[in-house]
Amino acid sequence: MTTSVSRDTTVLLKRSLRHILRSPDTIITTAITPIAMLLLFVYVFGGAIQVGGGRYVNYLLPGVLLITVASGIAYTAFRLFTDVSGGIFERFQSMPIARSALLWGHVLTSVVANLISLVLVVLVALAMGFRSGAGVLAWLAVLGILLLFTLALTWLAVIPGLTAKSVDGVSGFSYPLIFLPFISSAFVPTAGMPGPVRWFAQHQPVTPIVNTLRNLYAEQPVGNDGWIAIVWCVGLLVVAYALAMRTYRRKMA
Amino acid sequence: MTTTPAIEIVGLTKSYGDQAVLRGVDLSVPPGTIFALLGSNGAGKTTVVKILSTLLKPDGGTAAVNGYDVGARPEEVRESISLTGQFAAVDEILTGRENLILIAQLRHLKNHRGIADDLLVKFDLTAAAGKRVATYSGGMRRRLDIAMSLIGDPPVLFLDEPTTGLDPQSRLEVWRTVKELAGQGTTVLLTTQYLDEAEHLADRIAILHEGRIIANGTLAELKRLLPPAKVEYVEKQPSLEDIFLAIVGHGDHRPVGAQR
Repeated sequence: MTTSVSRDTTVLLKRSLRHILRSPDTIITTAITPIAMLLLFVYVFGGAIQVGGGRYVNYLLPGVLLITVASGIAYTAFRLFTDVSGGIFERFQSMPIARSALLWGHVLTSVVANLISLVLVVLVALAMGFRSGAGVLAWLAVLGILLLFTLALTWLAVIPGLTAKSVDGVSGFSYPLIFLPFISSAFVPTAGMPGPVRWFAQHQPVTPIVNTLRNLYAEQPVGNDGWIAIVWCVGLLVVAYALAMRTYRRKMA
Repeated sequence: MTTTPAIEIVGLTKSYGDQAVLRGVDLSVPPGTIFALLGSNGAGKTTVVKILSTLLKPDGGTAAVNGYDVGARPEEVRESISLTGQFAAVDEILTGRENLILIAQLRHLKNHRGIADDLLVKFDLTAAAGKRVATYSGGMRRRLDIAMSLIGDPPVLFLDEPTTGLDPQSRLEVWRTVKELAGQGTTVLLTTQYLDEAEHLADRIAILHEGRIIANGTLAELKRLLPPAKVEYVEKQPSLEDIFLAIVGHGDHRPVGAQR
């Protein structure tokens, strides 16, 4: 049974990776908004933002990476929606295929596609002067947190992918996620924000995740933020997975 | 000798919210026959097919395919069936050949390419095999769709309105394929809203109306439900379909002499 889950998942993963290869624009459009934000904030607003020492591009990059993932998962929802509305999802469901493989194929595709977009964004940041002396372990930790974040948002994206009635409904859910980093420490330090806004910024998941990533590649101690970031990511992942599976089972009622 | 029915439905009920779609459906389909489920839109045909193909759970009653209960043994049911849904369920971004290979892989068969190539020939899709399905016509999609359903030779085939939206030629091709399949021993349950389709293809016909089977039998048996035919002499006019097929030159119709 386990072998057929992994075998079926591999076949379905290859299928949707082939979709991405044939429409690389989905990766480009995923990366283009964050790259435009990098350019805009570093070269236009950056001069007026005080982040206390260091290059602004170094300060900015973690938030932009999270925005990259948030816009990337819109395509995950879109690909799943296309399968469901086009009927091929039902065809797969009526075949002797491992049930979970149907969703895992899409989820793993989302991870691969988002990693490629993240690499593109990091490359642009490097060209703009982003530098880090962090070692392999710190970078692995950065990768690990981004991976957890991507998985959590991907399972969240599965829900509209399964339930949306129209293409607009599919992509709409990602807008708040893209907007969330703006009310966090991603672009400017939270210290300068008025009371209630600062409270929200300091207690929403983006701030600890951004701070952790930033400290990891700046070779600074991560402190409590690291644990808080991991708890947020794992918590989101568990909730999103449970909700997605419930939605999936309900579709079969 | 008694044989297990390919499909056996007893007292099947299903509601969506407070709207009852199936109100106690009974059906039995012997293996190797073509069975047409006839009904207007919204009669519950698709719901029956979805329950039989394990996509939907019934509220009450039992349904078994190839001897396996759909609720208790869904895995075995899925091994026994293939579903061709109301709309061609093909992958638009992949090519025709890739679609067939994909299904062969998911059915854990060997020799994917050989299976794909055989079906491409059989369904007259070899020339388009390397093109993306997005460029296919409606008829080509449906042919590919049915070809995908035949991979792995499942003993029971569900065709949900297989010719809806097809042009007359593609329709005849689908009919020919269905007859061939039944000739080889496959059981076909087909839903349709076209009376002539049921008349042309089916060994047995059931009429589903407002969630119940209101008539069930061979065409001859159904005809006996009506008063005996009255003999009338009517001049035989060609139907528009006859004219269309004659002009585009299909089958054994000779071209009409418009350009003579």
